Amino acid sequence: MIFVTVGAQLPFDRLVRAVDQWALEHARDDVFAQTGPGAYVPTHIAYERFMDPASFTHRVQSASLIIAHAGMGSIIGALELGTPIVIMPRRASLGEHRNDHQLATAKRFAGRPGVIVAADEHGLGEAMERVAGMAATPREKLSSFASPSLIAAVRDFIYAGRSAAPVHAPASPRGASA
Amino acid sequence: MPRPQQPPRVLAVASHGGHWVQLRRLRPAFEGCRVAWLTTDPGHRAEVGADRFYTTRDANRWNKLALAASALKVLWVVLRERPDVIVSTGAAPGYFAIRFGGLVGARTLWLDSIANVEELSMSGQLASKKATVTLTQWPQLAGGDIRCEGAVL
Repeated sequence: MIFVTVGAQLPFDRLVRAVDQWALEHARDDVFAQTGPGAYVPTHIAYERFMDPASFTHRVQSASLIIAHAGMGSIIGALELGTPIVIMPRRASLGEHRNDHQLATAKRFAGRPGVIVAADEHGLGEAMERVAGMAATPREKLSSFASPSLIAAVRDFIYAGRSAAPVHAPASPRGASA
Repeated sequence: MPRPQQPPRVLAVASHGGHWVQLRRLRPAFEGCRVAWLTTDPGHRAEVGADRFYTTRDANRWNKLALAASALKVLWVVLRERPDVIVSTGAAPGYFAIRFGGLVGARTLWLDSIANVEELSMSGQLASKKATVTLTQWPQLAGGDIRCEGAVL
């Protein structure tokens, strides 16, 4: 099953339409899309607009390939499962996001094993062909946790405020006025 | 202020989506702590096991009413939990938690999303003025008060 997701926050009809078209051209009936708050209604793929996290996880786990906006939730989800992912960045100029950080994300993750970037809807077909060659290769899964250095830094922060001696006044962050 | 032998009380805050996924990847840092989680989708409750779990509505700066409602809920959670430490990966609810953390004497940490490769997020820039510690996941964005200690990947 190919699982398509655009996240819950903003429409991304350009991606959904492109996948719908691709599925028609390739006579695929194994595509399921989470389409979000978009206006476009797919005609060749099954879809739901929103999914609860448990259903979403189930779809991601069942998929042999993910096609998604260049959102970190989608990318990390795919990497953790070792599932190949095709990402298409949203563009602010098309009203698909508030800024172009997904373009930067896509550029940054482009070389990463298991991640293929389709720069736009015209690049989707080629991206899907590249992935077809990859899908059979067993993929290393990303660990479930952040890097050890970051975890250590957060942990040190949590415990740094504690001392053996009692403190009579709570520490407050800089600029603490709410 | 806790007696030293009590486990630290941590409030972990993140919006649904990429922010939440990144926050959850930090969970080994919370081992041994009393953790409560605050997010914007009730569907995540099952992921946190026996830890306390709260939700607020998702909101951003383009919807002021939703933002105000969200801020009130976040304030309620902070006052109820009275955490020693607040950790957030964003976005707006995390910013509010860090702001309100001052009311209960919490130390606060903002970890900017790994999605922000070229510059700190808007809420991160705002939060960095209030948080005890602000972290970016990209070395090229570190500088001044903003540190890089690694990434969620």
